Amino acid sequence: MAWANQDKTAIVGVGATDYYVRGKSWPRTINDMAGEAILKACADAGISIKDIDGFAYYSTAGAGYLDKFDTASLMETLGMPNISFSATLTSGGGGCPGAIGLATAGLMNEDCKYVVTLMALQQLPQHRLGVVFGSAAPNPENSFLQPSGLVGPGHLMSVLARRHMHLYGTTQDAFGEIVMATRANTHNRPKAVRKAPLTKEEYDASVMLADPLRRLDFCLETDGAVAVITTTMDRAKDCRHKPAVVHACAHGGQREWGRAFAWMGMLDPHFASSGHKFTADRIWAQSGLAAKDMDVALLYDHFSPMVLMQLEDYGFCEKGEGNDYVLAGKIRYDAAAQGGVNGGVPVNTHGGNLSEAYIIGMTHIVEGVEQVRGTAINQIKDAEFALVSGGPASLPVSSLILRSA
Amino acid sequence: MREPIQYGPAKLLPGEEIRITTNPNTEPFWEAAKAHKLTACQCAQCGHFRMPPSPYCPECSSREVDWPTLPGTATVFSFAVCNKNPANGEDFIYVPIVVDLDGAPGARLNANVTGCNAEDVHIGMKVTVEWTEIQDGWVLPNFRKA
Repeated sequence: MAWANQDKTAIVGVGATDYYVRGKSWPRTINDMAGEAILKACADAGISIKDIDGFAYYSTAGAGYLDKFDTASLMETLGMPNISFSATLTSGGGGCPGAIGLATAGLMNEDCKYVVTLMALQQLPQHRLGVVFGSAAPNPENSFLQPSGLVGPGHLMSVLARRHMHLYGTTQDAFGEIVMATRANTHNRPKAVRKAPLTKEEYDASVMLADPLRRLDFCLETDGAVAVITTTMDRAKDCRHKPAVVHACAHGGQREWGRAFAWMGMLDPHFASSGHKFTADRIWAQSGLAAKDMDVALLYDHFSPMVLMQLEDYGFCEKGEGNDYVLAGKIRYDAAAQGGVNGGVPVNTHGGNLSEAYIIGMTHIVEGVEQVRGTAINQIKDAEFALVSGGPASLPVSSLILRSA
Repeated sequence: MREPIQYGPAKLLPGEEIRITTNPNTEPFWEAAKAHKLTACQCAQCGHFRMPPSPYCPECSSREVDWPTLPGTATVFSFAVCNKNPANGEDFIYVPIVVDLDGAPGARLNANVTGCNAEDVHIGMKVTVEWTEIQDGWVLPNFRKA
Protein backbone atom coordinates (compact mmCIF):
# COMPACT_ATOMS: atom_id res chain seq x y z
CA MET A 1 0.00 0.00 0.00
CA ALA A 2 1.32 3.40 -0.91
CA TRP A 3 2.68 5.44 1.95
CA ALA A 4 0.18 8.01 3.28
CA ASN A 5 2.86 10.70 3.22
CA GLN A 6 4.19 9.90 -0.26
CA ASP A 7 5.23 13.07 -2.12
CA LYS A 8 3.86 15.31 0.67
CA THR A 9 7.21 16.80 1.70
CA ALA A 10 10.48 17.68 0.02
CA ILE A 11 14.06 18.59 0.76
CA VAL A 12 14.44 22.19 -0.40
CA GLY A 13 17.81 23.28 0.91
CA VAL A 14 21.24 21.74 1.37
CA GLY A 15 24.32 23.31 2.93
CA ALA A 16 27.76 22.10 3.86
CA THR A 17 31.10 23.35 5.13
CA ASP A 18 34.36 22.35 3.53
CA TYR A 19 35.40 18.81 4.37
CA TYR A 20 38.51 18.57 6.52
CA VAL A 21 40.85 15.69 7.24
CA ARG A 22 40.24 14.39 10.79
CA GLY A 23 41.01 17.03 13.40
CA LYS A 24 41.92 19.76 10.88
CA SER A 25 38.71 21.76 11.37
CA TRP A 26 40.07 23.11 14.65
CA PRO A 27 39.91 25.99 15.79
CA ARG A 28 36.38 26.00 14.40
CA THR A 29 33.83 24.67 16.86
CA ILE A 30 30.93 22.26 16.31
CA ASN A 31 28.34 25.05 16.51
CA ASP A 32 30.41 27.23 14.17
CA MET A 33 30.40 24.53 11.49
CA ALA A 34 26.77 23.55 12.18
CA GLY A 35 25.77 27.20 11.82
CA GLU A 36 27.52 27.54 8.48
CA ALA A 37 25.78 24.42 7.14
CA ILE A 38 22.35 25.58 8.37
CA LEU A 39 22.75 29.14 7.04
CA LYS A 40 23.92 27.83 3.67
CA ALA A 41 20.96 25.43 3.54
CA CYS A 42 18.59 28.35 4.25
CA ALA A 43 20.22 30.40 1.47
CA ASP A 44 19.96 27.43 -0.88
CA ALA A 45 16.26 27.09 -0.04
CA GLY A 46 15.66 30.84 -0.32
CA ILE A 47 14.30 31.15 3.22
CA SER A 48 15.41 33.06 6.30
CA ILE A 49 17.04 31.38 9.29
CA LYS A 50 14.11 32.91 11.21
CA ASP A 51 11.76 30.57 9.30
CA ILE A 52 13.36 27.45 10.79
CA ASP A 53 11.04 26.02 13.44
CA GLY A 54 11.95 22.34 13.57
CA PHE A 55 14.88 19.99 14.14
CA ALA A 56 14.83 16.31 13.18
CA TYR A 57 18.12 14.76 14.24
CA TYR A 58 19.47 11.23 14.10
CA SER A 59 22.27 9.50 15.98
CA THR A 60 20.54 10.53 19.24
CA ALA A 61 21.24 14.17 18.29
CA GLY A 62 24.93 13.35 18.32
CA ALA A 63 27.51 15.57 16.66
CA GLY A 64 30.02 12.86 16.08
CA TYR A 65 29.85 10.33 18.90
CA LEU A 66 30.86 12.38 21.93
CA ASP A 67 29.40 15.85 21.25
CA LYS A 68 25.65 16.49 21.23
CA PHE A 69 23.48 18.99 19.42
CA ASP A 70 21.14 20.99 21.58
CA THR A 71 18.24 22.82 19.96
CA ALA A 72 18.21 25.60 22.56
CA SER A 73 21.91 26.20 22.02
CA LEU A 74 21.38 26.38 18.24
CA MET A 75 18.51 28.89 18.75
CA GLU A 76 20.76 30.97 20.97
CA THR A 77 23.48 30.86 18.32
CA LEU A 78 21.39 31.40 15.19
CA GLY A 79 18.37 33.33 16.45
CA MET A 80 15.36 31.24 15.42
CA PRO A 81 12.46 32.83 17.34
CA ASN A 82 10.40 29.66 17.97
CA ILE A 83 10.92 25.94 17.71
CA SER A 84 7.86 23.69 17.62
CA PHE A 85 9.45 20.35 16.74
CA SER A 86 12.66 18.95 18.22
CA ALA A 87 13.18 15.21 17.98
CA THR A 88 15.78 12.59 17.17
CA LEU A 89 16.08 9.03 15.96
CA THR A 90 18.05 6.84 18.35
CA SER A 91 21.34 4.95 18.00
CA GLY A 92 23.89 6.15 15.42
CA GLY A 93 24.49 6.92 11.77
CA GLY A 94 22.08 4.26 10.56
CA GLY A 95 19.23 6.71 11.10
CA CYS A 96 20.61 9.40 8.78
CA PRO A 97 18.08 9.37 5.90
CA GLY A 98 15.43 8.16 8.34
CA ALA A 99 15.63 11.61 9.94
CA ILE A 100 13.92 12.96 6.80
CA GLY A 101 11.00 10.69 7.69
CA LEU A 102 11.07 12.12 11.20
CA ALA A 103 10.99 15.63 9.70
CA THR A 104 8.04 14.53 7.57
CA ALA A 105 6.25 13.29 10.71
CA GLY A 106 6.65 16.73 12.30
CA LEU A 107 5.53 18.51 9.13
CA MET A 108 2.50 16.32 8.49
CA ASN A 109 1.46 16.72 12.11
CA GLU A 110 1.56 20.49 11.47
CA ASP A 111 4.01 20.92 14.32
CA CYS A 112 6.41 22.90 12.17
CA LYS A 113 7.05 24.38 8.72
CA TYR A 114 10.78 24.12 7.95
CA VAL A 115 12.82 21.35 9.56
CA VAL A 116 16.60 21.11 9.77
CA THR A 117 18.37 17.73 9.72
CA LEU A 118 22.00 18.12 10.65
CA MET A 119 25.34 16.52 11.32
CA ALA A 120 28.56 18.19 12.37
CA LEU A 121 31.62 16.16 13.07
CA GLN A 122 34.94 17.11 14.57
CA GLN A 123 37.35 14.29 15.35
CA LEU A 124 39.89 15.78 17.68
CA PRO A 125 42.22 13.12 19.07
CA GLN A 126 39.93 12.35 22.00
CA HIS A 127 36.85 12.16 19.74
CA ARG A 128 38.05 9.82 17.02
CA LEU A 129 35.30 7.57 15.63
CA GLY A 130 37.69 4.98 14.24
CA VAL A 131 38.47 3.65 17.69
CA VAL A 132 35.18 4.56 19.33
CA PHE A 133 34.35 1.03 20.48
CA GLY A 134 37.80 0.43 21.92
CA SER A 135 38.14 3.72 23.75
CA ALA A 136 34.68 3.64 25.34
CA ALA A 137 34.66 2.99 29.07
CA PRO A 138 33.76 -0.61 29.80
CA ASN A 139 30.10 -1.24 30.61
CA PRO A 140 28.26 -4.48 31.37
CA GLU A 141 27.09 -4.84 27.75
CA ASN A 142 30.33 -4.02 25.89
CA SER A 143 32.29 -6.17 28.34
CA PHE A 144 31.17 -9.06 26.12
CA LEU A 145 32.78 -7.49 23.04
CA GLN A 146 35.54 -5.03 23.91
CA PRO A 147 37.98 -7.58 25.45
CA SER A 148 38.21 -9.34 22.06
CA GLY A 149 40.12 -6.34 20.70
CA LEU A 150 37.54 -5.47 18.04
CA VAL A 151 38.33 -1.83 18.68
CA GLY A 152 36.69 0.01 15.81
CA PRO A 153 33.70 -0.31 13.50
CA GLY A 154 35.97 -1.55 10.72
CA HIS A 155 37.33 -4.35 12.84
CA LEU A 156 33.79 -5.37 13.70
CA MET A 157 32.64 -5.29 10.10
CA SER A 158 35.61 -7.32 8.93
CA VAL A 159 34.08 -10.21 10.89
CA LEU A 160 30.83 -9.84 8.92
CA ALA A 161 32.75 -9.58 5.65
CA ARG A 162 34.65 -12.78 6.52
CA ARG A 163 31.38 -14.67 7.00
CA HIS A 164 30.08 -13.38 3.65
CA MET A 165 33.26 -14.60 1.95
CA HIS A 166 32.83 -18.00 3.61
CA LEU A 167 29.16 -18.43 2.70
CA TYR A 168 29.13 -17.03 -0.84
CA GLY A 169 32.71 -17.08 -2.12
CA THR A 170 32.90 -13.29 -2.06
CA THR A 171 36.38 -11.97 -2.85
CA GLN A 172 38.53 -9.09 -1.72
CA ASP A 173 38.68 -8.15 -5.41
CA ALA A 174 35.02 -7.12 -5.13
CA PHE A 175 35.81 -4.93 -2.12
CA GLY A 176 38.61 -3.38 -4.17
CA GLU A 177 36.28 -2.73 -7.10
CA ILE A 178 33.89 -0.89 -4.77
CA VAL A 179 36.73 1.31 -3.54
CA MET A 180 38.03 1.98 -7.08
CA ALA A 181 34.58 2.61 -8.59
CA THR A 182 33.82 5.10 -5.84
CA ARG A 183 37.17 6.83 -6.24
CA ALA A 184 36.55 7.18 -9.98
CA ASN A 185 33.75 9.63 -9.13
CA THR A 186 35.80 12.21 -7.20
CA HIS A 187 38.47 13.44 -9.67
CA ASN A 188 36.17 16.32 -10.67
CA ARG A 189 34.85 17.17 -7.19
CA PRO A 190 36.66 20.14 -5.64
CA LYS A 191 35.62 19.32 -2.06
CA ALA A 192 36.48 15.61 -2.14
CA VAL A 193 39.23 14.54 0.24
CA ARG A 194 40.54 11.69 -1.95
CA LYS A 195 40.65 12.64 -5.65
CA ALA A 196 43.60 10.77 -7.13
CA PRO A 197 42.64 7.80 -9.33
CA LEU A 198 43.21 4.44 -7.66
CA THR A 199 44.68 1.39 -9.38
CA LYS A 200 44.17 -2.24 -8.40
CA GLU A 201 47.89 -2.45 -7.59
CA GLU A 202 47.56 0.45 -5.16
CA TYR A 203 44.50 -1.15 -3.58
CA ASP A 204 46.28 -4.49 -3.21
CA ALA A 205 49.25 -2.75 -1.59
CA SER A 206 47.05 -1.00 0.99
CA VAL A 207 47.93 -2.11 4.50
CA MET A 208 45.73 -4.76 6.10
CA LEU A 209 44.03 -3.28 9.17
CA ALA A 210 41.64 -6.08 10.06
CA ASP A 211 42.04 -8.96 7.65
CA PRO A 212 40.09 -9.26 5.29
CA LEU A 213 39.85 -5.44 5.24
CA ARG A 214 42.57 -3.02 4.13
CA ARG A 215 42.99 0.61 5.04
CA LEU A 216 41.36 1.58 1.73
CA ASP A 217 38.27 -0.49 2.60
CA PHE A 218 37.77 1.84 5.56
CA CYS A 219 36.06 5.18 4.92
CA LEU A 220 37.66 8.55 5.45
CA GLU A 221 37.92 10.13 8.88
CA THR A 222 36.87 13.71 8.24
CA ASP A 223 35.45 16.81 9.90
CA GLY A 224 32.71 19.09 8.63
CA ALA A 225 29.02 19.84 8.81
CA VAL A 226 26.06 19.23 6.52
CA ALA A 227 22.46 20.42 6.95
CA VAL A 228 19.34 19.88 4.87
CA ILE A 229 15.91 21.52 5.15
CA THR A 230 12.66 19.63 4.67
CA THR A 231 9.28 21.31 4.22
CA THR A 232 5.80 20.59 2.89
CA MET A 233 5.23 20.39 -0.88
CA ASP A 234 3.09 23.54 -0.95
CA ARG A 235 5.89 25.53 0.68
CA ALA A 236 8.52 23.76 -1.42
CA LYS A 237 7.03 25.26 -4.59
CA ASP A 238 8.07 28.73 -3.36
CA CYS A 239 11.68 27.74 -2.68
CA ARG A 240 14.63 28.51 -4.96
CA HIS A 241 15.26 25.08 -6.44
CA LYS A 242 13.25 22.22 -7.82
CA PRO A 243 12.07 20.22 -4.76
CA ALA A 244 13.62 16.84 -3.98
CA VAL A 245 10.38 15.07 -3.17
CA VAL A 246 10.27 12.60 -0.26
CA HIS A 247 8.72 9.61 -2.01
CA ALA A 248 9.34 6.90 0.59
CA CYS A 249 11.19 6.76 3.90
CA ALA A 250 11.61 4.13 6.61
CA HIS A 251 13.75 3.47 9.64
CA GLY A 252 13.99 0.52 12.00
CA GLY A 253 14.94 -3.10 11.50
CA GLN A 254 14.44 -6.56 12.83
CA ARG A 255 15.51 -8.20 16.07
CA GLU A 256 17.74 -10.71 14.24
CA TRP A 257 20.00 -7.76 13.36
CA GLY A 258 19.52 -5.78 16.56
CA ARG A 259 22.73 -4.30 17.92
CA ALA A 260 24.50 -5.98 15.01
CA PHE A 261 28.29 -5.83 15.19
CA ALA A 262 28.08 -4.42 18.72
CA TRP A 263 26.60 -7.81 19.63
CA MET A 264 27.53 -10.43 16.99
CA GLY A 265 24.52 -12.57 17.87
CA MET A 266 22.98 -12.45 14.39
CA LEU A 267 22.21 -15.85 12.87
CA ASP A 268 22.65 -16.62 9.16
CA PRO A 269 21.65 -15.09 6.79
CA HIS A 270 21.46 -11.88 8.84
CA PHE A 271 25.06 -12.00 10.07
CA ALA A 272 26.57 -11.61 6.60
CA SER A 273 24.15 -8.86 5.59
CA SER A 274 23.76 -5.11 5.90
CA GLY A 275 20.71 -5.41 8.16
CA HIS A 276 18.79 -3.33 5.62
CA LYS A 277 16.31 -5.96 4.38
CA PHE A 278 13.55 -4.70 6.71
CA THR A 279 13.70 -1.02 5.72
CA ALA A 280 14.39 -1.91 2.07
CA ASP A 281 11.22 -4.00 1.97
CA ARG A 282 9.32 -1.14 3.62
CA ILE A 283 10.32 1.52 1.10
CA TRP A 284 9.63 -0.82 -1.82
CA ALA A 285 6.18 -1.53 -0.33
CA GLN A 286 5.60 2.20 0.31
CA SER A 287 6.47 3.11 -3.27
CA GLY A 288 5.65 0.09 -5.42
CA LEU A 289 9.16 0.46 -6.81
CA ALA A 290 12.12 -1.92 -6.91
CA ALA A 291 15.90 -1.56 -7.05
CA LYS A 292 15.89 -1.60 -10.86
CA ASP A 293 13.69 1.53 -10.87
CA MET A 294 16.35 3.61 -9.10
CA ASP A 295 18.43 5.94 -11.26
CA VAL A 296 21.18 6.21 -8.66
CA ALA A 297 21.94 4.51 -5.33
CA LEU A 298 23.65 6.49 -2.57
CA LEU A 299 24.62 3.66 -0.22
CA TYR A 300 26.23 4.31 3.16
CA ASP A 301 29.79 3.21 2.57
CA HIS A 302 31.68 3.35 5.84
CA PHE A 303 33.30 0.05 4.82
CA SER A 304 33.42 -1.33 1.30
CA PRO A 305 31.90 -4.80 1.98
CA MET A 306 28.80 -3.17 3.42
CA VAL A 307 28.03 -1.67 0.01
CA LEU A 308 28.09 -5.17 -1.47
CA MET A 309 25.76 -6.47 1.24
CA GLN A 310 23.36 -3.54 0.75
CA LEU A 311 23.21 -4.26 -2.98
CA GLU A 312 21.89 -7.68 -1.96
CA ASP A 313 19.51 -6.46 0.76
CA TYR A 314 17.94 -3.83 -1.53
CA GLY A 315 17.62 -6.35 -4.36
CA PHE A 316 20.01 -4.89 -6.92
CA CYS A 317 21.16 -8.51 -7.08
CA GLU A 318 20.26 -11.77 -5.34
CA LYS A 319 21.64 -12.66 -1.91
CA GLY A 320 25.13 -14.06 -2.36
CA GLU A 321 25.59 -12.56 -5.83
CA GLY A 322 27.02 -9.21 -4.76
CA ASN A 323 30.55 -10.29 -5.68
CA ASP A 324 29.71 -11.01 -9.31
CA TYR A 325 27.42 -7.98 -9.61
CA VAL A 326 30.16 -5.62 -8.44
CA LEU A 327 32.91 -7.25 -10.50
CA ALA A 328 30.72 -6.92 -13.61
CA GLY A 329 31.17 -3.15 -13.25
CA LYS A 330 27.53 -2.58 -12.39
CA ILE A 331 28.08 0.00 -9.66
CA ARG A 332 30.15 2.24 -11.97
CA TYR A 333 29.09 5.62 -13.35
CA ASP A 334 29.61 6.19 -17.06
CA ALA A 335 30.25 9.92 -17.40
CA ALA A 336 29.94 9.96 -21.20
CA ALA A 337 26.54 8.24 -21.15
CA GLN A 338 25.51 9.97 -17.88
CA GLY A 339 24.29 6.59 -16.70
CA GLY A 340 25.17 3.12 -15.52
CA VAL A 341 27.44 0.39 -16.83
CA ASN A 342 26.44 -3.06 -17.99
CA GLY A 343 22.82 -2.67 -16.90
CA GLY A 344 23.67 -1.61 -13.36
CA VAL A 345 22.57 1.36 -11.25
CA PRO A 346 25.42 3.79 -10.47
CA VAL A 347 26.41 3.81 -6.80
CA ASN A 348 27.81 6.78 -4.85
CA THR A 349 28.30 9.16 -7.76
CA HIS A 350 29.60 11.69 -5.19
CA GLY A 351 32.47 9.49 -4.05
CA GLY A 352 30.75 8.40 -0.87
CA ASN A 353 32.30 8.10 2.55
CA LEU A 354 35.21 6.21 1.01
CA SER A 355 36.51 9.05 -1.17
CA GLU A 356 34.57 12.32 -0.79
CA ALA A 357 33.99 12.75 2.97
CA TYR A 358 32.44 11.01 5.95
CA ILE A 359 29.86 13.19 7.67
CA ILE A 360 27.94 10.19 9.04
CA GLY A 361 25.71 9.80 6.00
CA MET A 362 24.63 13.37 5.24
CA THR A 363 26.69 13.64 2.04
CA HIS A 364 24.58 10.85 0.54
CA ILE A 365 21.40 12.88 1.13
CA VAL A 366 22.99 15.94 -0.48
CA GLU A 367 23.94 13.92 -3.55
CA GLY A 368 20.42 12.47 -3.76
CA VAL A 369 18.98 15.99 -3.71
CA GLU A 370 21.39 17.23 -6.38
CA GLN A 371 20.69 14.21 -8.61
CA VAL A 372 16.91 14.68 -8.63
CA ARG A 373 17.33 18.45 -9.03
CA GLY A 374 19.54 17.77 -12.04
CA THR A 375 22.48 19.74 -10.66
CA ALA A 376 24.86 16.95 -9.58
CA ILE A 377 28.51 17.10 -10.65
CA ASN A 378 28.26 13.52 -11.89
CA GLN A 379 24.70 13.87 -13.09
CA ILE A 380 22.61 10.85 -14.12
CA LYS A 381 20.63 11.82 -17.21
CA ASP A 382 16.98 12.56 -16.34
CA ALA A 383 17.38 11.11 -12.84
CA GLU A 384 13.91 10.58 -11.38
CA PHE A 385 14.52 8.35 -8.35
CA ALA A 386 17.48 8.39 -5.94
CA LEU A 387 17.88 5.80 -3.18
CA VAL A 388 19.68 6.95 -0.01
CA SER A 389 20.61 4.56 2.82
CA GLY A 390 21.92 4.90 6.37
CA GLY A 391 23.87 2.16 8.13
CA PRO A 392 24.63 -0.78 8.53
CA ALA A 393 24.77 0.00 12.21
CA SER A 394 22.90 -0.89 15.34
CA LEU A 395 19.18 -0.36 14.76
CA PRO A 396 17.64 1.77 13.48
CA VAL A 397 19.03 1.70 9.97
CA SER A 398 17.08 3.67 7.38
CA SER A 399 16.17 4.15 3.74
CA LEU A 400 14.89 7.06 1.66
CA ILE A 401 13.70 7.47 -1.92
CA LEU A 402 13.89 11.00 -3.33
CA ARG A 403 11.95 11.84 -6.49
CA SER A 404 12.36 14.65 -8.96
CA ALA A 405 9.49 17.14 -8.93
CA MET B 1 45.61 -14.28 -6.85
CA ARG B 2 47.40 -12.85 -3.85
CA GLU B 3 49.29 -15.21 -1.58
CA PRO B 4 47.71 -15.46 1.88
CA ILE B 5 49.56 -13.33 4.42
CA GLN B 6 51.75 -15.33 6.83
CA TYR B 7 51.07 -13.78 10.21
CA GLY B 8 52.58 -16.34 12.58
CA PRO B 9 51.30 -17.31 16.02
CA ALA B 10 47.94 -15.90 17.15
CA LYS B 11 48.35 -14.38 20.60
CA LEU B 12 45.86 -13.45 23.28
CA LEU B 13 45.63 -9.76 24.14
CA PRO B 14 47.37 -9.23 27.51
CA GLY B 15 44.94 -9.60 30.40
CA GLU B 16 46.42 -6.69 32.31
CA GLU B 17 45.14 -4.37 29.53
CA ILE B 18 41.56 -5.65 29.79
CA ARG B 19 38.88 -4.32 32.10
CA ILE B 20 35.23 -5.30 32.34
CA THR B 21 32.27 -4.14 34.39
CA THR B 22 29.26 -6.16 35.49
CA ASN B 23 25.67 -5.64 36.54
CA PRO B 24 23.30 -7.96 38.43
CA ASN B 25 22.24 -9.60 35.15
CA THR B 26 25.77 -10.34 33.92
CA GLU B 27 27.62 -10.97 37.18
CA PRO B 28 26.78 -14.72 37.45
CA PHE B 29 28.54 -15.27 34.10
CA TRP B 30 31.70 -13.56 35.33
CA GLU B 31 31.55 -15.19 38.78
CA ALA B 32 31.42 -18.60 37.05
CA ALA B 33 34.39 -17.56 34.88
CA LYS B 34 36.37 -16.80 38.05
CA ALA B 35 35.82 -20.44 38.99
CA HIS B 36 36.90 -21.48 35.46
CA LYS B 37 33.38 -22.58 34.60
CA LEU B 38 31.98 -21.51 31.22
CA THR B 39 28.28 -20.78 31.40
CA ALA B 40 25.61 -18.94 29.43
CA CYS B 41 22.35 -17.31 30.42
CA GLN B 42 19.47 -19.75 29.90
CA CYS B 43 15.77 -19.06 30.43
CA ALA B 44 14.56 -21.28 33.28
CA GLN B 45 11.06 -21.21 31.81
CA CYS B 46 11.53 -22.09 28.12
CA GLY B 47 15.21 -23.06 27.88
CA HIS B 48 16.18 -20.36 25.37
CA PHE B 49 19.81 -19.20 25.62
CA ARG B 50 20.72 -15.51 25.42
CA MET B 51 24.08 -13.75 25.53
CA PRO B 52 24.96 -11.23 26.80
CA PRO B 53 22.72 -11.92 29.81
CA SER B 54 19.69 -9.61 29.95
CA PRO B 55 16.77 -9.18 32.38
CA TYR B 56 14.06 -10.89 30.29
CA CYS B 57 13.83 -13.89 28.01
CA PRO B 58 13.11 -12.42 24.54
CA GLU B 59 11.11 -15.56 23.69
CA CYS B 60 8.77 -15.96 26.70
CA SER B 61 9.39 -12.80 28.82
CA SER B 62 10.38 -14.82 31.89
CA ARG B 63 12.88 -13.30 34.34
CA GLU B 64 13.94 -16.70 35.72
CA VAL B 65 17.40 -17.84 34.60
CA ASP B 66 19.67 -20.86 34.88
CA TRP B 67 23.46 -20.86 34.54
CA PRO B 68 24.34 -24.36 33.29
CA THR B 69 28.02 -25.34 33.21
CA LEU B 70 28.89 -25.78 29.53
CA PRO B 71 31.48 -28.21 28.14
CA GLY B 72 33.82 -25.30 27.36
CA THR B 73 34.11 -26.15 23.69
CA ALA B 74 32.98 -23.98 20.81
CA THR B 75 33.08 -23.51 17.04
CA VAL B 76 34.45 -20.47 15.21
CA PHE B 77 31.55 -18.70 13.44
CA SER B 78 33.66 -15.87 12.04
CA PHE B 79 36.82 -13.91 12.79
CA ALA B 80 39.21 -11.13 11.81
CA VAL B 81 43.01 -11.03 11.92
CA CYS B 82 44.33 -7.91 13.63
CA ASN B 83 47.93 -6.77 13.89
CA LYS B 84 48.16 -3.87 16.36
CA ASN B 85 47.70 -4.01 20.12
CA PRO B 86 44.76 -1.66 20.73
CA ALA B 87 46.25 -0.61 24.08
CA ASN B 88 49.45 0.89 22.62
CA GLY B 89 49.41 0.54 18.81
CA GLU B 90 52.43 -1.78 18.79
CA ASP B 91 52.70 -4.74 16.39
CA PHE B 92 50.75 -7.62 17.88
CA ILE B 93 49.03 -10.48 16.03
CA TYR B 94 45.68 -11.45 17.52
CA VAL B 95 42.54 -13.02 16.13
CA PRO B 96 39.16 -11.87 17.46
CA ILE B 97 36.71 -14.73 17.00
CA VAL B 98 32.95 -15.00 17.26
CA VAL B 99 32.12 -18.50 18.53
CA ASP B 100 29.01 -20.63 18.86
CA LEU B 101 29.12 -22.26 22.30
CA ASP B 102 28.61 -26.02 22.49
CA GLY B 103 25.68 -26.91 24.74
CA ALA B 104 24.08 -23.47 24.40
CA PRO B 105 22.47 -23.14 20.97
CA GLY B 106 22.14 -19.50 19.91
CA ALA B 107 24.65 -18.23 22.49
CA ARG B 108 27.80 -16.57 21.21
CA LEU B 109 30.96 -15.18 22.74
CA ASN B 110 33.55 -12.79 21.28
CA ALA B 111 37.09 -13.65 22.32
CA ASN B 112 40.65 -14.28 21.09
CA VAL B 113 42.07 -17.60 19.96
CA THR B 114 45.58 -18.99 20.38
CA GLY B 115 47.37 -22.30 19.85
CA CYS B 116 47.80 -21.89 16.09
CA ASN B 117 49.03 -19.42 13.51
CA ALA B 118 46.65 -16.57 12.73
CA GLU B 119 46.49 -17.60 9.06
CA ASP B 120 45.31 -21.09 10.08
CA VAL B 121 42.19 -19.89 11.92
CA HIS B 122 39.11 -20.80 9.90
CA ILE B 123 35.34 -20.78 10.16
CA GLY B 124 34.19 -24.10 11.61
CA MET B 125 37.41 -24.58 13.62
CA LYS B 126 36.87 -26.29 16.99
CA VAL B 127 38.22 -24.48 20.04
CA THR B 128 38.31 -25.01 23.80
CA VAL B 129 38.09 -22.38 26.50
CA GLU B 130 41.32 -20.89 27.88
CA TRP B 131 41.10 -18.66 30.94
CA THR B 132 42.83 -15.26 30.98
CA GLU B 133 43.22 -13.26 34.19
CA ILE B 134 42.26 -9.63 33.62
CA GLN B 135 42.06 -6.49 35.77
CA ASP B 136 40.28 -6.37 39.14
CA GLY B 137 40.52 -10.12 39.71
CA TRP B 138 38.11 -11.07 36.93
CA VAL B 139 38.78 -13.91 34.49
CA LEU B 140 38.02 -13.77 30.76
CA PRO B 141 37.13 -16.76 28.60
CA ASN B 142 39.43 -16.93 25.58
CA PHE B 143 39.93 -19.98 23.37
CA ARG B 144 42.64 -22.35 22.14
CA LYS B 145 42.59 -24.40 18.96
CA ALA B 146 41.23 -27.83 19.95
